[in-house]
Amino acid sequence: MVRWPKPSEGSWTEHYPELGTEPVSYEDSISPELYELEREAIFKRGWLNVGRVDLLPRTGSYFTKEIHVAKTSIIVVRDRSGQVAAFHNICRHRGNKLVWNDFPGEETSGTCRQFICKYHAWRYDLDGALNFVQQEGEFFDLDKNDYGLVPVHCDVWEGFIFVNLAKEPEQPLREFLGPMVTSIEGYPFDKMTERWHYRSEVKANWKLYMDAFQEFYHAPVLHARQSPAKFSNAAQEAGFEAPHYRIDGPHRLVSTAGIRAWELDQDMRKPIEDICRSGLFGPWDIPDLGVDKLPDGVNPAKCDPWGLDSFQLFPNFTILIWGQGWYLTYHYWPTSYNSHVFEGTLYFVPAKTPRERIAHELTALTFKEFGLQDANTLEATQTMMESRVVDRFPLGDQEVLCRHLHKETAKWLDEYQRGRVGA
Amino acid sequence: MVGRVPARPGGGVTDVTAKLPREFADLEPFVADWCLPTEPERYDKRLASPMDDMQTYYDAITPRAEAAMTYLDRYSLDDMPEEAVNLLYMLYSMIMVSFPVECWHQQRIPDSGAAHIDCLVAPVP
Repeated sequence: MVRWPKPSEGSWTEHYPELGTEPVSYEDSISPELYELEREAIFKRGWLNVGRVDLLPRTGSYFTKEIHVAKTSIIVVRDRSGQVAAFHNICRHRGNKLVWNDFPGEETSGTCRQFICKYHAWRYDLDGALNFVQQEGEFFDLDKNDYGLVPVHCDVWEGFIFVNLAKEPEQPLREFLGPMVTSIEGYPFDKMTERWHYRSEVKANWKLYMDAFQEFYHAPVLHARQSPAKFSNAAQEAGFEAPHYRIDGPHRLVSTAGIRAWELDQDMRKPIEDICRSGLFGPWDIPDLGVDKLPDGVNPAKCDPWGLDSFQLFPNFTILIWGQGWYLTYHYWPTSYNSHVFEGTLYFVPAKTPRERIAHELTALTFKEFGLQDANTLEATQTMMESRVVDRFPLGDQEVLCRHLHKETAKWLDEYQRGRVGA
Repeated sequence: MVGRVPARPGGGVTDVTAKLPREFADLEPFVADWCLPTEPERYDKRLASPMDDMQTYYDAITPRAEAAMTYLDRYSLDDMPEEAVNLLYMLYSMIMVSFPVECWHQQRIPDSGAAHIDCLVAPVP
């Protein structure tokens, strides 16, 4: 049974003919050599989201971000003019990491008036300027103006802070994001400041976890036991179909229909969902979002009920907006060809009552239960892919976005290599 | 009886060591195990607890949850007395144990042996 119309070509995949329909190589997820290329070809070229402006509430607020794949650490700070700025986290004197606590490899955050190196107390102001050198007279022809912190290109879109590690970004941020992503401008991200942050070290290539969250073909199977048998049997029988997919440049979107859980028979729900009036999709009661209508780019298939829109921003960032009036983000930070750090962050309109807060608690915990099921599958996949017993994998139409991610990755590597050869 | 003093004329007794609002005194026996302020503590407790204990707690608190939420809703989240915050934590633990009790029939998510997802930031309370 086809529940949602497909494009005239007959499938979402064929709607984007450059994707092809043949089985896909996952060499990009098991090759140390390709991973080395990704460092330069992707992570030092693309715009990378490093968090939201909410993390920097006032002048002097800062956080550090370890970008292992680019072999650097950056400081993101609200500078003296109130703008968000980013710098490589290195002291210009003798290369010490400038901002860290206890463990050099761990991220930190706080508020300060200036950055002082732990090693010899060189000081930098919030704009990155070197303004104090210990025993300055001992140095030779040292002009402090020549030794400011090394800036990183940084821009903010809808409260999301992006950095670009290239000397000169190939595109400004908004152009990189493109029309599909920018069509959600105006979504009330700024009202959703109740934040939950999760982190996991995953023994799999970063693209495998992205794949896990950009297709829902797996959901009725892998997550079957999260629901009462009656519901999961029906879900598995029906299978999964998304009403809408879209690819725009390097970015991807899947949009899904929702469920009015509260209208189902009671034995289709878990008792805790009735108690908390909440579940995986979010609280049953949608909060006041403070907007008359949602932006055009949200819920593109006009589903009612609408489940979610998952915007996959190349390379490693996801904004997932739920129909129930909240959103979450995913980040996938590679640490080697077969490991990465996954971050999931949930954002709600702050609960006004304890009852609303409890509804959020169930959604957040359910998110983690699902995430753990997905995460463990990845290690199982990674290890067997590395056996190279099989080197081509058939992807169905509901996996069109996985196909695109690997195609896009190859494209960036190819462009980079051709550019380098030609240079 | 240590820790018990007369509450008010004609009333019963109030346990001065009580952690929860007196309307929820029936849940006091579970406070030591389940009144835990953070998600990591609650998650660790879930993994370390026998299934029978979690079933007992679930059976005790789920029928009281609606009354507890109605009680808590008299307060705003940023101005709750300690015993109300404790009751809120008890409800968070109810949600935590609901997964092993309602879905898994074991502490851990099946097949999640090697995976960890740590909750580093959550709203307070």
